[in-house]
Amino acid sequence: MSTNTTYLIRGAKPLGNQGTDILVHDGTIAALGADAATHPAAANATVIEAAGQIALPGMVDLHTHLREPGREDAETVETGTRAAALGGFTAVHAMANSNPVADTAGVVEQVWSLGKRSGWVDVRPVGAVTVGLEGKQMSEIGAMADSRAQVRVFSDDGICVFDPLVMRRALEYVKAFDGVIAQHAQEPRLTEGAQMNEGEVSAVLGLAGWPAVAEESIIARDVLLAEHVGSRLHICHVSTAGSVEIIRWAKSRGVNVTAEVTPHHLLLTDELVSSYDPVYKVNPPLRTETDVMALRAGLADGTIDIIGTDHAPHPSEAKECEWAAAAMGMTGLETALSVVQHTMVETGLITWADFARITSTAPAAIGRLTDQGRELAVGEPANITLVDAEARWVVDPYAMATKGRNSPFKGLELPGKVTHVFFHGHPTVRDGKLGTPRLSEAF
Amino acid sequence: MKHLLSTLDLSRADAIRILDIAEEMAAVGTREVKKLPALRGRTVVNLFFEDSTRTRISFEAAAKRLSADVINFSAKGSSVSKGESLKDTAQTLQAIGADAVVIRHGASGAPARLAATDWIDAPVVNAGDGTHEHPTQALLDAFTLRTHWSALHGHTSLGSDLSGMKVAIVGDILHSRVARSNLWLLRTLGAEVTMVAPPTLLPHGSKVWPCTISYDLDATLAGGIDAVMMLRVQGERMHDSFFPNTREYSRLWGFDDARLAALDARDTGETIIMHPGPMNRGLEISSAAADSPRSTVLAQVANGVAVRMAVLYLLLSGDQQRPAPSDATRPAGL
Ligand SMILES: [Zn+2]
Repeated sequence: MSTNTTYLIRGAKPLGNQGTDILVHDGTIAALGADAATHPAAANATVIEAAGQIALPGMVDLHTHLREPGREDAETVETGTRAAALGGFTAVHAMANSNPVADTAGVVEQVWSLGKRSGWVDVRPVGAVTVGLEGKQMSEIGAMADSRAQVRVFSDDGICVFDPLVMRRALEYVKAFDGVIAQHAQEPRLTEGAQMNEGEVSAVLGLAGWPAVAEESIIARDVLLAEHVGSRLHICHVSTAGSVEIIRWAKSRGVNVTAEVTPHHLLLTDELVSSYDPVYKVNPPLRTETDVMALRAGLADGTIDIIGTDHAPHPSEAKECEWAAAAMGMTGLETALSVVQHTMVETGLITWADFARITSTAPAAIGRLTDQGRELAVGEPANITLVDAEARWVVDPYAMATKGRNSPFKGLELPGKVTHVFFHGHPTVRDGKLGTPRLSEAF
Repeated sequence: MKHLLSTLDLSRADAIRILDIAEEMAAVGTREVKKLPALRGRTVVNLFFEDSTRTRISFEAAAKRLSADVINFSAKGSSVSKGESLKDTAQTLQAIGADAVVIRHGASGAPARLAATDWIDAPVVNAGDGTHEHPTQALLDAFTLRTHWSALHGHTSLGSDLSGMKVAIVGDILHSRVARSNLWLLRTLGAEVTMVAPPTLLPHGSKVWPCTISYDLDATLAGGIDAVMMLRVQGERMHDSFFPNTREYSRLWGFDDARLAALDARDTGETIIMHPGPMNRGLEISSAAADSPRSTVLAQVANGVAVRMAVLYLLLSGDQQRPAPSDATRPAGL
């Protein structure tokens, strides 16, 4: 079922270019520029005054923890996708570490239909690589790929696919389904009991270190494996300068590897851990200033392909405790755009066109989403995010739609406000507030 | 000084003030009636999530000599071991009316969490947190060092620091809260510090610490050291590939009889041997070394009560004359 409502967006700047009009009709972009207002459908259009605002393709997150099924106290598909819409997203990939684990067609279809029912964004389930995320037996990748959820991204995220033979087989097997293995790169023995980045700060704080080499050694192994078997590999949440170098080297050799960075790794460093406030506890951990700068440079030069939020909500009791007992993870859906604008756009490292590539086009291509990450052109699906780039706001976790209050950006003033989001032509966000869900076809 | 969480937070003036008051408190310990009325009516809670009888009774003796009421709250066998959170425990102590909380916890930063949150308002004293810090141990070590150093130079200890003193800290630096607290405090007081350890037991980020790092205990001793602080080797390290076996550890990094003999050949007792206890005799320290006239092990225990009296007194007596903490010895990047 498509929406019959028509919207005339006036004066928005596609990818930051010159202002123009965009006519949204029947779920697609019906006209652009001077044609928009004169289009026959424009007569009944609701007018959105968006002069000066940036029009972007709806953002696509390749790395979201929606927690349902199993941890509905932390997040549900409904609350997580509301947060996604408010953050400017029109699609999210729901990570497989739910309970039960998304390692069968049944679970991924359940998550998929919960997403359809909610109607705020496209929810694309990620399938587990191995049964129960145990790293031993391959899960039913084919059944998940052929299910209604059409799974293309497979990941044991939270846990590294450590066994090199299991990783090799998984990389090979997903080729049959045009799939990709998204690796959480963490050498388990080198990170036993790890609490934070291993370095000068951990030495002072007396917290067990998570060394950069534990990430880099797995990435090095996996790019070589991907080269050997000719498969698609995606590296989740790259966090170190060394990882950027290894991926740059692999790409120069023609390895089919893509990489992601989180907004928090683009801004925050391990010095924040000196407070022992577990809101800064995350996996992979916050690294050093040198790493942050290398990640920004890698994102700017295309070594790192996409932003992935690794949105990881937790109930407050999981963070209101001593550091070692606290859960790892940070919320990120409702701050991603602002943090990337702050760290990448306002620093002059990328343009808004680059922003569209790293937050929409490239993640949609990796996840094989055909109707997301498209150009803002006539005839394309109307997945559009409008941003007031001049606005500034102070992050208040208690004002967010996610159930998680664990935002490390709490109290920070950041630029950029999502004003409107059109999800297949339907306004899920209007004037910075939640609109209405898009009612979907039968599910 | 609202709390005592880390020796990094102590300025030189703060530290000397604590040591000076501790000297007054030590004098009380030598009297027939070992009691002052200073904290009458105040309640000090010893909140121990880890067993440490030595540290707990030291704090208990300190509080009682100041006439405070003492509540010992041990996590073992209490609601804490049944899953009650640190937050709930802290709020319970707040409701009981604790005036100060002395906390020992297995997690680094747990005392800092108590101090930073609104779970409890009382001053927090870190009595050892994970592998982070143990500031009162460092203060009692500094007290012991200062007593020795001033006697050696024939000057009064009151108001003095440790300028010119060379101290070696030997052993499992990686997991030692004693080593960290001592490093910051000894530097603040003007001492030079050498950390001696196998490379596996040094933190990866310790290269930037304001100390010399050595893998060679004999070379360090030969270079002239005024005090050697031997750290306890925890049992679990022996099974986790940090060193081949206890025999090799003892031979390379233990204060054994041969090293004692070498020291005796060089000086007439000016170099002291310290240990925070409890000792593994025959592993990091030989019995002969532990029982030699150079050993300050028992003096350290006695000084612990005096130093903890001084800390509780300063935190609870409402004295507003204390100088502000300084960042002087904080390493780069903090
Ligand atoms: Zn992960």
